This record gives sequence, C-alpha cells and structure tokens, in this order.
Amino acid sequence: MLVLLLIMPVLQTILLSYAANYEVKNLALAVVDHDLSPASRQLAAKFSASGYFKVKQTTFATKEADHAMANDRVDIILEIPAHFERDLVRENHATVSLVANAINATKAGLGMGYAQNIVRDFNIEFAEKWMARTVSTAPATAEGGGYATAPSTVQITYSNWYNPKLDYKTFMVPGILGEIVALIIGFLTALNIVREREIGTIEQLNVTPVQKWQFILGKLLPFWLLSLVMMTVGLAAGKLMFDIPMVGNLGLVFLYTATFTPCMLGFGFFISNFSDSQQQATFTVWFFLLIFILMCGLFTPVESMPQWAQWLNVLNPIQYFVEFMRLVLLKGADFQDIKTNYFSVLTYAIAVNGLAVWSYKKRA
Amino acid sequence: MSNKIEAKILSKSYGKVQAIKNINLSVNEGEIFGLIGPDGAGKTTLFRILTSLLLPDSGSATVAGLDVVKDYKQLRTAIGYMPGRFSLYQDLTVEENLEFFASVFGTSIRENYDLIAPIYAQIEPFKDRRAGALSGGMKQKLALSCALIHKPKVLFLDEPGTGVDPVSRKEFWDMLRNLRDQGLTILVSTPYMDEAELCDRVALMQNGEIMAVDTPQGITAGFQQPLFAARSDNMYQLIKDLRAFEGAADCYAFGEYAHLKLNTGVGAGQTVADIRKFLDSRNHRNVEVKSAKPTVEDCFIELMKN
Repeated sequence: MLVLLLIMPVLQTILLSYAANYEVKNLALAVVDHDLSPASRQLAAKFSASGYFKVKQTTFATKEADHAMANDRVDIILEIPAHFERDLVRENHATVSLVANAINATKAGLGMGYAQNIVRDFNIEFAEKWMARTVSTAPATAEGGGYATAPSTVQITYSNWYNPKLDYKTFMVPGILGEIVALIIGFLTALNIVREREIGTIEQLNVTPVQKWQFILGKLLPFWLLSLVMMTVGLAAGKLMFDIPMVGNLGLVFLYTATFTPCMLGFGFFISNFSDSQQQATFTVWFFLLIFILMCGLFTPVESMPQWAQWLNVLNPIQYFVEFMRLVLLKGADFQDIKTNYFSVLTYAIAVNGLAVWSYKKRA
Repeated sequence: MSNKIEAKILSKSYGKVQAIKNINLSVNEGEIFGLIGPDGAGKTTLFRILTSLLLPDSGSATVAGLDVVKDYKQLRTAIGYMPGRFSLYQDLTVEENLEFFASVFGTSIRENYDLIAPIYAQIEPFKDRRAGALSGGMKQKLALSCALIHKPKVLFLDEPGTGVDPVSRKEFWDMLRNLRDQGLTILVSTPYMDEAELCDRVALMQNGEIMAVDTPQGITAGFQQPLFAARSDNMYQLIKDLRAFEGAADCYAFGEYAHLKLNTGVGAGQTVADIRKFLDSRNHRNVEVKSAKPTVEDCFIELMKN
C-alpha cells in the first residue's frame, strides 16, 4: 500500500503530462491543388514541413477529399484554386480554402490556428521573394477574409513569459502534482474511517476512553505526513523527468502543502462520517472530486468559466492549489504574492475540519 | 463502588421500530447474566446503551455505579466490551492488537498480564500472526484478552458463541466462570439456548421486552406441563401427527427429536406407551419416545406463545 502510494504520484505525473496534452500534432491533411504552380506547391510544402500536419492525401478532386473527411481519414482539407499563383502576382490577392473536421472541436480549432499561421508566413515569404525579383508592389494573399501584411508593415513579435517555449509539460506538471496530492489524500481519508465502521473496529474504539480529538488526529496525521512525502516524490519526479522550472521557494511549496492537505483531510473525514459503507464513501468522494478536478483550472482556465462557476469554485480546494503551484514554481511568486490564496486555503481548512469534527460522534 | 448493572424503564426506537420497550434489569455483582433471545429481540440495542454507545430515548441505567449517559467517560474505563462481530484490527498481529488496546486505556500488557494470562497464554504462541489469520476460537480469545486488558469491573459480551466451534465455546465458558470467580460481573447475550444453562441467571428477551428473569433452574422449574421427546424416520409427518394427539398443547422440532408438550388437564394421564401406540397406528417406523426434562428453550417457546 505504501509503495503504491509513492508510485502513484510519479506514474500519474508521467502519464498525465505526456498524454493529457493540448498540443495537436500529425493532423491528417488532404491537399487539393487545382493550380499546380510553384506557389501552390510551396504552400503545401510549408504545411507538411510545419510538423503539425501530415499530408495524407493529394488529389485534384474536391469530392475525393470530402469523402476522405467523411470517413474520418482526414482532419483538414487545404484546397488551392486554379490560377492561385497568377491571382497572387497580378491581383495581389488570392484565396485558399481550409475545411476542418469539427467533430473534435479542440482539434479543429487548433488545426485552423496552425494553418492560419502557416498561410501568414507564406504570405510574408512570398511577398519578400516577389519584391526581391521585381520592384513592383507587394502581393498578398488573404485567407478567410484576413488581410495579409505587406513586408513593410509592422510585425507583431511575441514572447511567452514564465514558459518561453510554451512547453505544455511545464504548464501541466505543477498543476497535476497539486491535483494528485488532493485526490489521493481525499480518497484515503474518506475510505479510512468508514472502513473501520465496516469492519467494526470503530465500535471497539468507541468504548475506549480515547477522546474525539485524539482519535481524529490519529486518523489524519499519517495522511498529512504522507501528503508531504508524496509532494517530495512528485516534485523530484517532475524535476528529473520533465525538468520543470522551480523558480519559487520550495519551502513555501511545503508550507502551502501542509496547509492545503488539511482541506482534503477534513473533506474526506466529513464524507466518511456520513457514509455507511466504503462503496458509498467512494461514490460520494468521486462525485465531488470529479467536479473539483475538472473545474480546478488544470485543463481549462478558471477565468473563462461562467461567473456562477467561478463563484462555485470558491469552494473548490484544488483550484487554489493548482493556482498556487503554477504561481510559485513557474513564476517564482513569494508569500506576499500568494497571500490571498494562502489565507483562503487556511480558512477553508479550518472551516471544513470544524465541520468534520462537529459531525463525528462517538455515540449515536 | 459496586459492579452492578441497573437499568430502569429503558426505551429506544429506530424510527418507527421500537427496539427495546421499558426494560428493567438488575444484574448482581459477580454473576454471569445471560440475555437470551432470538435475533432482533433487542439484545444488542440494550448492550449498546449499557456500554454508552447509544443514548436511550427514555429511562436510565447505571453500570458499576456510573450513569451511562452522564458519566460515560469514566464508564468506558470501567467496562470491557466484546462486540458480536470480530472487531479487532485484522492487519495487526495478535500482540500488536493487545498492545494497542492496552495503550489506548493507558496501561500495558505487563501491568495486567495476570488477569488475561489464562486466556492469552493459549494464543501467545501465535502472537506474531495477524489477527485476520486466526481461527474463530482464537479470534475470540484475543478479543476477550483485549476487552480485559484494562481490568474492567463489568464485562459485556455480545453473542460470543457465534461462529465458534463447540470445543472453543466450552473453553470460552470455562474462562468466563473463572473471571466471574475473580469478581467480574459479566453480561452476555446469546441466541443459543444451551448457553443459557451456563449462566447464573438469565433474562428471556423477545420483541424488545424481557419476558422472564430467573436462574436457568428457576426458569425450567416453572415449566409444569408433561414433556416428551419423540423421533421416527419421518420427522415432518411425526410433528404433524403429534399435533393431533389427544391432549397435545404443542409439538416442535428440538434437535434430532420432536418435543411434545401436553396440556396439564387432558394430557396429564398420557404415558410414553400411549404415544408410541399412537405413532405406530400412524405407520411410523423406528419410533423412539421418551419423557424429556424441560430446557430453557422449551420455556422460551412456551413464553413466546403467550
């Protein structure tokens, strides 16, 4: 059991960080090139060279590509009309069509985003090349109504702070660590006390002079310590395997974990008090944890949730932890920066444990 | 401070079901007192109230002079409780369990070894074995050791006979008598009528009420009607036939025999020979008939009918 508890955070960190990934790669692309000009070929080549797309089909028939998409063999269709190059040179304007399979909205959205970037790059390159050759006005393509920039216009450069390469793992691992600790501790606590009730040992304990606070402390302290061990193991795994940045103070991370864990302990204990069987406790904990995890900001930003959901999230302990982990590990926030978060969690811990102690009764 | 148990008009309901109704009970110091009754009679509820695990709806009770509601903290150190279900830590060893319960009561194995020695000595060779891997009889000895480790004045045993082989059961009762002789008051509940005869006094419980309190001998002495035991190859038919026997008050299965109870009036004159003749006339084979001594079970069945 103990071994399992130490392996679990490591395994989950690896699995979730690699697999639960928003980067979409190897999108299946169908190219319908009606132009067959150097320009059209250059555009198609740019797609396949990007790494995001894999040309699965090259055809001259739109129907054929549509059919491939209907059969789910192709995610995106790039259709280049005839006279693409000619229009681009002469009229400074040409159109290409991009069709995405939106059965998977995330994939379609991201694919379209990548595609537009590629087309924009193509624009710039093509214009530069053309200008170098002739001293005429720059051509520009536009796709989907967007106007391409002439080389002389202002270009936007951007950089991603705190995660310069927009590395998905850097972003996920700290959050996942928080989530795992919360998950395991919440479950273990909820199952622990109801288990004693199920096998009857609680009956034997209740007739002893052991006091309520002694019993509860005895139950929760081991899990509290365990959470700190799990955090250590998880952080080590994150550092060794993903080289996640640890800009902030690690002492702060442990102080926070030590304050946060009681939230989950109290939460689990509270549910355990109202459960008659381990099955019931599992079901109840799972119900809440699923909501907590999906709404904690690990997968979708809390800020983009509807207002009522954000209010509801005040009660979501994991949300605080995920936010904290990212702020401290990636951004190097110090205690002053996370003060509000810290005291929210502290209040939460006190409140939920108060409830748990109040609801635990040694006698009926 | 006496080791008595006193209960006055105790009642407890679970929703609409009244588990025990106006129970009055008085258990003397240093006796083995049996609560006898079928499942659902309210034995466990009464136990849980007396061990301070359950609050009564009305009425009051004292154990060893301590009120079960007000003085529950002191009470818990004065009593030993062995629940019906084995409820020690299965994943701890024998010794660890005992050590744990000793430390919970602020004592140690060595301090109270004398009291548990006769019992614990039998399982000590297995002290490194996990409690979950013990046999039923050994589990029971361990549970009893754990319940005794803090030298309680009153011992509560909830259905200790369940799930234990006859030999272990006999040993167990020997131990109880031994403890009683050391001055412990023991309240034991059981659905087994044969265990009733091993108690000093018993209370017969049914549907949350106590029907009779007496010594086992006193209870059986109250049984006035003639009683016979009979058997043949076809027991089912035998019971059906005997119910039609002249003067029969009742006939029920009793172990491998059927017990036939006769009315004091009409049936008083009937003899073993009369019954045998009656059964032969009904074509029963291998008939055996004898007069029987009433047991607590016979009395219980009698009381249940009223």
